[in-house]
Amino acid sequence: MPLSTQSDQGDGQYVLVASLDNVRNLSNILKAIAFKDHALFNATPNGLKVTVEDSKCLQANAFIQSEIFQEFTIQEDSVSFQVNLTVLLDCLTIFGGSTVPGVTTALRLCYNGYGYPLKLFLEEGGVVTVCKINTQEPEEPIDFEFCSTNVTNKVILQSDSLREAFSELDMTSEVLQITMSPSQPYFRLSTFGNSGNAHYDYPKDSDMMELFQCTKTQTNRSVTHFFLINKGRFFCHQSSNYNHNHLHGFNSTVIPLSRYKMSLLKPSTKALALSCKVSVRTDSQGFLSLQYLVRNDDGQICFVEYYCCPDEDVEEE
Amino acid sequence: MDCILIGSNVKVLAKAVQSLSRLGEELYLEPQENGLALRTVNSSRSAYACFLFSPLFFQKYTPPKSSTQRCKMVIKSVQAVFKSLSSLEKTVEKCRIELDIEKSRLTFTLHCKHGLLKTHNLSFQDSESLQAVFDKEGCANTLTAQPKLLVDTVLHFPPSLEEVRVSVNDERVLFRNHVEDEAEQSKAMMTEFCLSAEEFDRFVVNMHTCITFCLKELRGLLVFAESSGLPVSLYFDEPGRPMVLSLTDSVLEVNFVLATLSEEGQPRNHNSNMRRVSEPPITDDFMNDDVDYIIAMEAGELAGDSDWPEPPRHALTPPRLHGAAGDQQESSGECEDEDGQQGAVETPVEESGRPPNKKFRSLFFGSVLPTPSQMSNRTLQSQEVLASDSEDEDGSPSP
Repeated sequence: MPLSTQSDQGDGQYVLVASLDNVRNLSNILKAIAFKDHALFNATPNGLKVTVEDSKCLQANAFIQSEIFQEFTIQEDSVSFQVNLTVLLDCLTIFGGSTVPGVTTALRLCYNGYGYPLKLFLEEGGVVTVCKINTQEPEEPIDFEFCSTNVTNKVILQSDSLREAFSELDMTSEVLQITMSPSQPYFRLSTFGNSGNAHYDYPKDSDMMELFQCTKTQTNRSVTHFFLINKGRFFCHQSSNYNHNHLHGFNSTVIPLSRYKMSLLKPSTKALALSCKVSVRTDSQGFLSLQYLVRNDDGQICFVEYYCCPDEDVEEE
Repeated sequence: MDCILIGSNVKVLAKAVQSLSRLGEELYLEPQENGLALRTVNSSRSAYACFLFSPLFFQKYTPPKSSTQRCKMVIKSVQAVFKSLSSLEKTVEKCRIELDIEKSRLTFTLHCKHGLLKTHNLSFQDSESLQAVFDKEGCANTLTAQPKLLVDTVLHFPPSLEEVRVSVNDERVLFRNHVEDEAEQSKAMMTEFCLSAEEFDRFVVNMHTCITFCLKELRGLLVFAESSGLPVSLYFDEPGRPMVLSLTDSVLEVNFVLATLSEEGQPRNHNSNMRRVSEPPITDDFMNDDVDYIIAMEAGELAGDSDWPEPPRHALTPPRLHGAAGDQQESSGECEDEDGQQGAVETPVEESGRPPNKKFRSLFFGSVLPTPSQMSNRTLQSQEVLASDSEDEDGSPSP
């Protein structure tokens, strides 16, 4: 039942008003990124972007376009605030999770602007709940500088097969290694756990593989440390071009570019569970981008993406 | 060793691993000329299981050139290879197992649908051969049943029940829960489940006996038996001697050897066991025993186990296990009781072997039984068929 009859002191006061006939179209997608308590909301005329970050190494974004909402009115170019995501989800699901066919919970989200709480009006079967959640100072999200031009390898897979692999991954492994290569093995997920190592290989011509664009194999990056004694002082330089005559010694460590901490990637399985397709991309720095195509209850498309830094904990060789 | 399994046999192997995991924590993998053996033993060494897959089970089976390709690994790591058992049949097309001790390599490769390839390189340890010595053919009693029968029987007992007592005579088999503590007996719910001889595919009882063994291990076997649909054979005789549960078909042989509770205070070799009259005198009250075979609660002193050999509660005697390599095969040999101290249960000795007075009597159902005189004849006869001299290696009965 739409809430348009219940206008609250005039909508002109709010910088952001968003309405949904089915709140699950928002709550389901937010659950896919709810691995931390706090989330940054950024609304633009295009829609809503919600960001959750973890220890500066992982970032998850959910995009809900303005077309998904039954009403989406924004008075400014960009409206940002931070809220406790756990509390928000509790409010959005306040009428319980059961889905009786034909009965949906409607949502009206209103925000006055900086310093004001976020107001939620939720209605189901004539019962209305009003929630006010305090907002916090919005923090600047990390910019991974992941742009299409830097992408070295890209693969689009159907989520079904990746779900199976992720559900079987050896959780005793600290890292997940993702190898993408123009030659065998084309796309490989590897774990190194207590009982041994395991590899899941997807061939490029598999029918689960919708797109395969790999330009080069990117597994390791070599970092060479050079030690010099100069004027009695000890210097350590990191470089690949150096005059070896001045060297007193060096050691070399190999940093695998394609390893990611398992604990960071684990939350992404929620998004994987909701999605029908996933794109996996890595750039020249080894940053990983996972993009999930999610269809909501009404069949509309939303996106969730995860960005992850490569694991820098290196074992000296 | 290199072998390839296809189709539904992958699930059979996975089920075997699951079944073994119910018994022990380590899986012993031993490729032999006559097939691939997967074995385990429980921590108290009172239960042993072996799955022997003949070369015909595999699409391709290459045995190792040297005979020392044996290894053991944590069973959980093998279970991790075969996750999601229910969808295994639908997703896995082929499974390859390669073992190369010299190169320290044990690899399971699963070729799945949509071209997905799963490769597991497992860590393992070298191990000695694990083989139990037991003699199925020498057992006095043999019962063969469809797995569903046993599964349905076991279903009636609570999952927490540790030990079960099985009593057998010419007409039927009784399964009862076994409660150690006398104090507990009066509080515990006693369940008794009776199966008539007709329910079994094969029912050969040469010795009326009552054995007690661990239910958990039987359940472990039934995990496999149920999915395979193969009939389960039980070989046993007197308490203290191990019981063997077995399934066979043309490409597979499964043996579970379980220790049974024995009587303490008896000398350890079978000679004296044989001479001991295990059955107390048959009384007329024998008829009353069958009155209560359906309902759980039993009567007072009259009925109950007066004719059954007493189920004593004493230390377990595990089957003899060979730890060293090059020991004899499993088919021949006599079982010896090992030192009762090894392994599990030490319980106080009962003064009299009789079970304590039961609560009340059930009043239903008559019984159809041979007369006591017939019973005793057969019982005495069966004693002669019994255990041979334990010292005698070739297993011939002693005069």
